[in-house]
Amino acid sequence: MTTNPAPVQGIATREPGEAKPRSTVKLTRAEKRAIAVKGKISSPWASGIAIIIAILWTIPTFGLFVTSFRTSQDIREDGWWNVLARPTFTLDNYQEVLFGGSTNFIEYFINTVVITIPAVVIPISIALLAAYAFAWIDFRGREILFVAVFALQIVPIQITMIPLLTQYVSWGLAGSFWTVWLSHSIFALPLAIFLLHNFMKDIPPSLVEAARVDGAGHVKIFFQVLLPLLVPAIAAFAVFQFLWVWNDLLVALVFGSAQNVAPLTVRLGELAGNRGETWHLLSSGAFIAMIVPVIVFLLLQRFFVRGLLAGSVKG
Amino acid sequence: MDVFANAGAWIGYYWEIISGWLLEASGPGQKLLLMALAVVLFVVVMGGILLAVDKPKRIPNWLVATGFVGPALLFVAFGLVYPALRTMYTSLFARNSDDFIGLDNYIRAFSENEFQIVLRNTAMWVILVPLVATLFGLIYAVLVDRTRFEKIAKTLMFLPMSISLVGASIIWRFMYEYRAVLLDADGNPRNNQTGLINQVLVWIGLEPQQFLINSPWNNLFLIAVMIWIQAGFAMTILSAAIKAIPDDIVEAARLDGLKGMQMFRYITVPSIRPALVVVLTTIAMTTLKVFDIVRTMTNGNFGTSVVANEFYDQSFRLGDAGLGAALAVILFVLVIPLVVYNVRQMRLAEEIR
Repeated sequence: MTTNPAPVQGIATREPGEAKPRSTVKLTRAEKRAIAVKGKISSPWASGIAIIIAILWTIPTFGLFVTSFRTSQDIREDGWWNVLARPTFTLDNYQEVLFGGSTNFIEYFINTVVITIPAVVIPISIALLAAYAFAWIDFRGREILFVAVFALQIVPIQITMIPLLTQYVSWGLAGSFWTVWLSHSIFALPLAIFLLHNFMKDIPPSLVEAARVDGAGHVKIFFQVLLPLLVPAIAAFAVFQFLWVWNDLLVALVFGSAQNVAPLTVRLGELAGNRGETWHLLSSGAFIAMIVPVIVFLLLQRFFVRGLLAGSVKG
Repeated sequence: MDVFANAGAWIGYYWEIISGWLLEASGPGQKLLLMALAVVLFVVVMGGILLAVDKPKRIPNWLVATGFVGPALLFVAFGLVYPALRTMYTSLFARNSDDFIGLDNYIRAFSENEFQIVLRNTAMWVILVPLVATLFGLIYAVLVDRTRFEKIAKTLMFLPMSISLVGASIIWRFMYEYRAVLLDADGNPRNNQTGLINQVLVWIGLEPQQFLINSPWNNLFLIAVMIWIQAGFAMTILSAAIKAIPDDIVEAARLDGLKGMQMFRYITVPSIRPALVVVLTTIAMTTLKVFDIVRTMTNGNFGTSVVANEFYDQSFRLGDAGLGAALAVILFVLVIPLVVYNVRQMRLAEEIR
């Protein structure tokens, strides 16, 4: 078999175009079009099925989205598909869920931001350094340490939680942002190191050697030679980690469920548990929690896919 | 002496204030400031380490390596290795963590009725989600491949991957929303269904259902949410694999007269087999560890709990540290074969290339 499955691309982490091209045969535009015309399964049945699946996958989100702009009375009255019968739209739900005293989502939104940014920056920096050492510094026990870190990817985060929490409590740190940052950083490290190490290994050794001959130390090589080349890899991991942390519920529940620290996901889950029928708040609240990841995703989809492929083991 | 004691008191006094603020920043401004401070502090510490190992000319290699690798190793040793071992140890103790009870927690987790339902549900999740999500993803990837709407069509299915599981659960709870039918004097319903699925049932003349309450079927409706999310993942990876099938193979098959379904059966599926395996195992691993959906939609009630949810409940709500630990270890043990298989398949695929 000479197939070239995508996950391998992701794991081997090669920039398309930078190293080997995917297929050795470059097709001209006309040839491609010819294949496209012939290659399509172009029966009306096929397009019908595709459209049905697309609708199935979109309707649920669309329905809640429409609902979030209806008045709370309309929402209780009938389903969102009747919206065209009485097209009254309002932003009151968003107003209430963001600033209303009982929900106050704006505060939780800020908590999510405060949690997410360091939880992305810190593990990336630590992992970059470690990955550099694993790739370019010769020291004893290097191989075995790297394999150990790699293997740690399979540890489910659940198994670490009780001892970690006990430790945080005994340090008097429990319930602060610090423990949430620390926990997210720890959980991200094995994957980040593995991923960035793979990228670093792909950089031609001659580049590093040349810099070394010029008398550059490790720090200089790291910042001036390698870092610029690693931007795509860092972006891939950053987008993955950003979405992971922003959307996380478990870590936040265990380490940061105090009101002062709790992120949107925790608050939203609470709201769904206690007041399952207040759909005008739940719908608008859900979209407030979703808007940032959706924008990040739409803008940086390419990086996200690569991070995802490599990061599928995490959690 | 007095001076020192005084200075100590002052330092202690200010430290109280500062540490209090560090741990309990409140209000948006303070929190954002704290965040900036944390990042700056972190950068300073890392920079300091780097400078320290770079400054002297004749510094031994191992010291440099320690400076680069040390922080990472410290983090994972403290946060992953030690806690994992500790949890395995705790799982041998009763709920108060004092009385050694051997494997009793594990025996409980496998024999008590309540937990057998949990195990059954987990098995349902781990089997159904990967299979159905991959099936949908594969069909969709093949159908939209090389069509005019490919990009937008793929984005539509992939979008649920980017939102939180809590958000996805709320979206679907709204789909499943149930209203008891109230009849007026003439026997006509007085109220409308607000959940789309129940409305569809009403439209085609059936009774509305309590999708999240009627066990064991409610499990299927929770599983549907995970399928809805993971299908996009499967679709993206399989689509890339399909595009990587060499054109000459496709062309040769076409010359042999293969069409439509045959092409799919004899060319597409065998060519992307490694990708299929990776997708299936990856989704299975993710599914095994997910508890957000169960927690948000039913809170584990009505016979819908899974191991990951039960772990959370036992550890943090019911305070049975021993049983919670045992459940975490079970989760770990269940993941291992999947990971090993997954990694080996990836290696294999890499070698082929």
